[in-house]
Amino acid sequence: MQALTKMTWVELKLKLREPVGTFFTLVFPLLLLFLFGSIYGNEPTAFLGGRGNVDNSVPGYIAMIIGTTGMIGLPIALSVYREQGILRRFRAAPITPGLVLGSQVAVNLIVSLVGMAFLILVGVFVYDLVLPAAPFSTFLAVIMSGFSFLSVGFVLASLLPTATSAQAVGMALFFPMMFLSGAGLPQQILPEKLVAFSQYLPLTYVVNLLQGLWYGDGWNWTAVLVLAGMTVAATAVSVRYFRWE
Amino acid sequence: MTNVIEVTNLRKTYGATVAVEDISLTVQKGEIFGIVGPNGAGKTTTVETIMGLRRPDSGTVRVLGLDPQTQAEELRQRLGIQLQEASLPDYLKVWEALDLFASFYHQTVPWEPLLAQWGLGDKRNTRFKNLSGGQKQRLFIALALLNDPEVVFLDELTTGLDPQARRATWEMVRAIRDQGKTVILVTHFMDEAEELADRVAIIDQGRLAALDTPQALIQGLQTGSTVRFTSVNGFDAAVLEEVAGVTAVHQKNGSLQAPQITVQGSGPLLSRVAVKLAEYNIAPLDLRVELADLEEVFLALTGHKIRA
Ligand SMILES: Nc1ncnc2c1ncn2[C@@H]1O[C@H](COP(=O)(O)OP(=O)(O)OP(=O)(O)O)[C@@H](O)[C@H]1O
Ligand SMILES: [Mg+2]
Repeated sequence: MQALTKMTWVELKLKLREPVGTFFTLVFPLLLLFLFGSIYGNEPTAFLGGRGNVDNSVPGYIAMIIGTTGMIGLPIALSVYREQGILRRFRAAPITPGLVLGSQVAVNLIVSLVGMAFLILVGVFVYDLVLPAAPFSTFLAVIMSGFSFLSVGFVLASLLPTATSAQAVGMALFFPMMFLSGAGLPQQILPEKLVAFSQYLPLTYVVNLLQGLWYGDGWNWTAVLVLAGMTVAATAVSVRYFRWE
Repeated sequence: MTNVIEVTNLRKTYGATVAVEDISLTVQKGEIFGIVGPNGAGKTTTVETIMGLRRPDSGTVRVLGLDPQTQAEELRQRLGIQLQEASLPDYLKVWEALDLFASFYHQTVPWEPLLAQWGLGDKRNTRFKNLSGGQKQRLFIALALLNDPEVVFLDELTTGLDPQARRATWEMVRAIRDQGKTVILVTHFMDEAEELADRVAIIDQGRLAALDTPQALIQGLQTGSTVRFTSVNGFDAAVLEEVAGVTAVHQKNGSLQAPQITVQGSGPLLSRVAVKLAEYNIAPLDLRVELADLEEVFLALTGHKIRA
């Protein structure tokens, strides 16, 4: 436990020393918020089902942070660790894979939560963002979704041979999801066919789950099931295929 | 228990490559055990299998009485490991590396004195990527000693170090042994093994070619001895062929240098050659016996040179 805390703390410091790596978690969502906030403001419109643009977007941006951390940030970080022989050195000490993986989960969740907090703070102060109807449930859903996408990240890091390929595949998965799932753009602007297709993208379920809790519609149990299933399956695969070198 | 490591009939393949074939050896408590051989001989594979980082295809390994595969964590609490290829995060500071690794062990020695001892006292706040090659190497040694290990593995310790740093490192390896620790020293430098190791295992193409003390290995060569000196112009070295025990005399004439003579033979060659030279009133200042070294042992055992 002491090792896990120390490892997480060290990883956190490393993330802050190399801030480019956290651009998509900490900065990019804010840029989107300002960009679309300054174009469309946050006045309620019928087009968005009676919600303002910012209110309509923030749960999606939070899903985007979860997606980018799990599908791009984590697999790249882990693959680089493996490629450079850093995991080899850790393994020569008496540690378990659980320590490395656990600290990665912890640090990525922490940085994600910081990114989300920025987003919400700026949203509230600049655009009068409405806060979640069920704050505690929303928080739980964020953590749960975070676990599911981090476990996908472990699968990518386990199955892909190099950091470059992890990055390529991670981006190929993430960007279509970001545009189609409602995370980066409101689904209201998408043609129906694409919206139907988005049901095959896991990030859509994070958006659905968070929007439901945010706007007071309660838990979306389909989303819960999909994400929990994904967590179990991905964890099983990465436990099976995780490589230190 | 005096056998710290027991390896029997170890075999390890990577696909079609047989990296290690039928290696058996034991390492005794408190010795510096050298493992030498050319690039690709299987040295790293052998020691990393002993540490439990690689799984053998067959054969058994016991370290401190433990099975490195099934009792890995318990074992690694007691091992110090410096890997041939390893790294740390670029932005990790030296002190953070030590502090972090200390949290992995039940028992550790204070790391500040360790840093000072390995000449990194003023580097504690330096990031890993800003350390020189030699400093990284020393950081890895400090990490390997952090848990006050009973057995220390050093794989290619001095590769990339300048000659002066190599000598200094040798002293420190002796210091580790003098603390009562057992040291496994992997190297492709024969002089390093000869200088440091109490016993040497010579590995070639995955097999154990010889295992003994460096002295015994060299004496076992039975190539006789070689005497060399710088001659003077006008002296016919052929007269040395009459000396008892001499088997061959070679003369090398340089255009600018005085001739260099090499005499091969057996018996008390040096004194006999000196007596003969005295008859001709020649007293070369550099008359000397060339000792065989492990490079020659390797050549004799395997039929090829350790470095191409
Ligand atoms: N992980 C691996 N996968 C595939 N082949 C490997 C692997 N590690 C080593 N080998 C092969 O096994 C053989 C022995 O390699 P090893 O690293 O044990 O040699 P070594 O004696 O340590 O060499 P060096 O002096 O270059 O460090 C080589 O032919 C090498 O190419
Ligand atoms: Mg090697």
